Amino acid sequence: MMNHFPAWKNILLVATLAVACIYALPNIYGEDPSVQISPLRGAVINSGLLVNVKQELQKADIQPLSNELTEEQLLLRFSHTDDQLRAADIIKAKLNKNYVVALNLAPATPQWLRSFNASPMYLGLDLRGGVHFLLEVDMQAAEKQAVDRNATDIRQFLRENKLRYLSVVIDDRKINIKFKNQTIHDEALEGLSSQFRTWDFIPGSAESSTPTLIAAMSENEIRDVRKFALQQNIITLKNRVNELGVAEPVIQQQGDNRIVVELPGVQDTARAKEILGATATLEYHMVDTEHSVSSAAAGRVPLGSKLYNSREGGQVLLKKQVIVTGSEIVDASSGIESDTGSAMVSVSLDGPGGKKMSKTTRENVGKPMAVVFIENRTETKMIDGKPVRVKSIVEEVINVATIRGHFSNRFQTTGLDNTAEARDLALLLRAGALAAPIDIVEERTVGPSLGQDNIDKGFYSVLIGFVLVLIFMAVYYKTFGLFADIALATNLIFILAILSILQATLTLPGIAGIVLTVGMAVDANVLIFERIKEELKNGNSPQASIHAGYEKAFSTIADANITTLIAAIILFGFGTGPIKGFAITLSIGILTSMFTAIVGTRALVNASYGNRQLDTLKI
Amino acid sequence: MNDQNTIKIDFLSKRRIAFFLSSLLIIISIASLATQGLKKGIDFTGGTLIEMGFSETVKLDELRGLLDQANFNGAVVQHFGSSNEVLIRLLPDEALNTAALSNKMLDVINKQFSQQGELRRAEFVGPQVGEELSEDGGLALLYALICILIYVTFRFEYRFALGSVAALAHDVIITLGFFSVFQFEFDLTVLAAILAVIGYSLNDTIVVFDRVRENFRKLRKGSPTDVVNISLNQTLSRTIMTSLTTLLVLIALFIFGGEIIHDFALALIVGVVVGTYSSIYVASPITLALGISKTDLMVVVVDQEELDKIP
Repeated sequence: MMNHFPAWKNILLVATLAVACIYALPNIYGEDPSVQISPLRGAVINSGLLVNVKQELQKADIQPLSNELTEEQLLLRFSHTDDQLRAADIIKAKLNKNYVVALNLAPATPQWLRSFNASPMYLGLDLRGGVHFLLEVDMQAAEKQAVDRNATDIRQFLRENKLRYLSVVIDDRKINIKFKNQTIHDEALEGLSSQFRTWDFIPGSAESSTPTLIAAMSENEIRDVRKFALQQNIITLKNRVNELGVAEPVIQQQGDNRIVVELPGVQDTARAKEILGATATLEYHMVDTEHSVSSAAAGRVPLGSKLYNSREGGQVLLKKQVIVTGSEIVDASSGIESDTGSAMVSVSLDGPGGKKMSKTTRENVGKPMAVVFIENRTETKMIDGKPVRVKSIVEEVINVATIRGHFSNRFQTTGLDNTAEARDLALLLRAGALAAPIDIVEERTVGPSLGQDNIDKGFYSVLIGFVLVLIFMAVYYKTFGLFADIALATNLIFILAILSILQATLTLPGIAGIVLTVGMAVDANVLIFERIKEELKNGNSPQASIHAGYEKAFSTIADANITTLIAAIILFGFGTGPIKGFAITLSIGILTSMFTAIVGTRALVNASYGNRQLDTLKI
Repeated sequence: MNDQNTIKIDFLSKRRIAFFLSSLLIIISIASLATQGLKKGIDFTGGTLIEMGFSETVKLDELRGLLDQANFNGAVVQHFGSSNEVLIRLLPDEALNTAALSNKMLDVINKQFSQQGELRRAEFVGPQVGEELSEDGGLALLYALICILIYVTFRFEYRFALGSVAALAHDVIITLGFFSVFQFEFDLTVLAAILAVIGYSLNDTIVVFDRVRENFRKLRKGSPTDVVNISLNQTLSRTIMTSLTTLLVLIALFIFGGEIIHDFALALIVGVVVGTYSSIYVASPITLALGISKTDLMVVVVDQEELDKIP
């Protein structure tokens, strides 16, 4: 009976191990505190910028350890966190708002390893600290907005085409259009159908004295509206997160109405939530100057107008028609008005918004225009023992200003309380107001000290569990136990290497998965060794027993591991962040352990016992 | 028959006792699950959770009083890990449950409490998300069982599949029952642990079944009961070794892994113990009771040899 591996098999094994070592190695180097500068809105990162930044730091006597310049970012490493924080402040003050300056912990992987494209594992938020948000887009609101917008357009279309209608009323998510007679109804039906192709128009009954046309969004249109609402929100969130200055943010769609936002290293969750969660938007309306506020407050609100509360107290009567909305805002920045010294926000609009603004302001110079600040709030109330989310919209007039002249897509909004409010408002506006409101439905924050604790505890658990199993195996199976121990150590290296190569996220449950794998990985060896013992007892020669042991145990090992793998894969499919981490490490561990426990130990056994006459086997 | 094929421990003669024990544990588990249920964590109920670390021992009464005053009614405050750390929980409550809540609470504590604390962890889970997770979790368990049923039927025979799935259901129910009886917190990580228990327990069962199948083909004499008994004996040292190494690392995880991983490790420890027992006393007896015999396993011989050739 030959127990001998051909040379190529041994070489392949050593080569695989060497590759695994290279990719696992970056994990033993620590991280450098660093500052990451990335461009926004067409700004460029070049060597000029680097020289500039370095000069500024020189003045403050800060010497970066090293710097890395790519097209996407400039990374400066520092030896201390103090230097890093000071440098970040200096750079932020120096650079304009077209750059994101973020604190980061950059892996201190040496150059020769980086040339292999090797990098350490990606740590999950529970290990590095940070915030995880799950946001839900309010799709009903998105659809309602689309209906509102279209109702206005339908009215305008009918007016422009001289199709006289009695009323255009929104009923749930449908629009009811009443006409005086059937002829106009039919003409309108034809006109509207060709103009609003994504809408379905259901003609009213011919007998009715006031024929009513019902307009509804088509299935496709509803799907598009929802998709658009989600995508616009994701883009908006990306912009907003950029404003927050986070080094490696994650913004991803989850399901068809949710968005995951992960902000590593962010501790000030209150601010993050204000920026992300506040679904404030703006609407510009003309003030209704023809009617008195007091009579409207008494209940006689004129048609086409609406009474709003003002932030300063009191009420304001505004025209219902919206001039522009937040979604038409392209950019906004805060500043100080030179003549009054009060806080202001400069606003730029997109093309359509600019046109609408231009049309309105040309006709209304000298008349007051108001800005309505709309905030969406969500509260959870218990109704009949079930949690029901109640939404409320708070609309407030934050500013009424006289139109001083004809303007289109560039103007200023003044009347904000202080510079801080102006700054935050500008921030929200700049990111582009949201199309549909979003709510935070899940939040998980992990502080930096807990993150480090989790890493330490995870590391010790792996280490202690590992050492215990090593001792146990060596004592029980003697030389063969040592082979299994070497295989187990190799297995850990493989797991680290694969996690690093895949850049899969390592979480605390993920570490638990590694610990569990350590315990279960020896199972394959136990099966093999027990088989060898049996074969020996049956009176077979040591060489034949080794051969038969490996041979016979194989299908058992495969069956046992595949079933565990099934459970792990289902876990992966079901799980969210941390649980996925557990499923990943468990799956990887199962696969690598089969390799190391079967092929790895076999190579060792063959090398030690393969080519000689054995009388006994210590197992 | 040589030494290898004799029965050292007659496992199956005690199957009545085992049946009684398993039934008792399952009845207790189901009764407890039905009456007091699981102490679900905020992953499933929704709610808010804050973990804070302080430099000195925290007087819980003082903190509770402070939170009551600030109108955080129903806040559960307890030490977590050490007396310097506290865990504050709020269940979803009328109008109180927004993501901003944790910030408000931190504000109150940092402004009014006798010592400054540091936020270690804050979690908010909306009630809808919690409900969905509960549903998805149940479904995941179900899918896992169905997939395994299919795989084992395909690789062995349906009687083995039913036996192993019965053993898995047994393990899941008793582990859940354990968490219900002692009111340990049941969160997402514990659910993950239970899925891992399914994987582990099955691993154990498959190893026994593999040997049963082999012995049915190899041994000429002996009743099915004898064959199963011999197989259990032959795999016994492996079963014990693997359970021991796994328990060893789990105990390390339980002791050194920190509070967050505590319940996870506990669920696995319970699951591994129950799973080891069930692969001997639940899976095999049920397969026997379903009438497995030599002839049922002869058909797949050709397949098996083909598979064995793969190195």
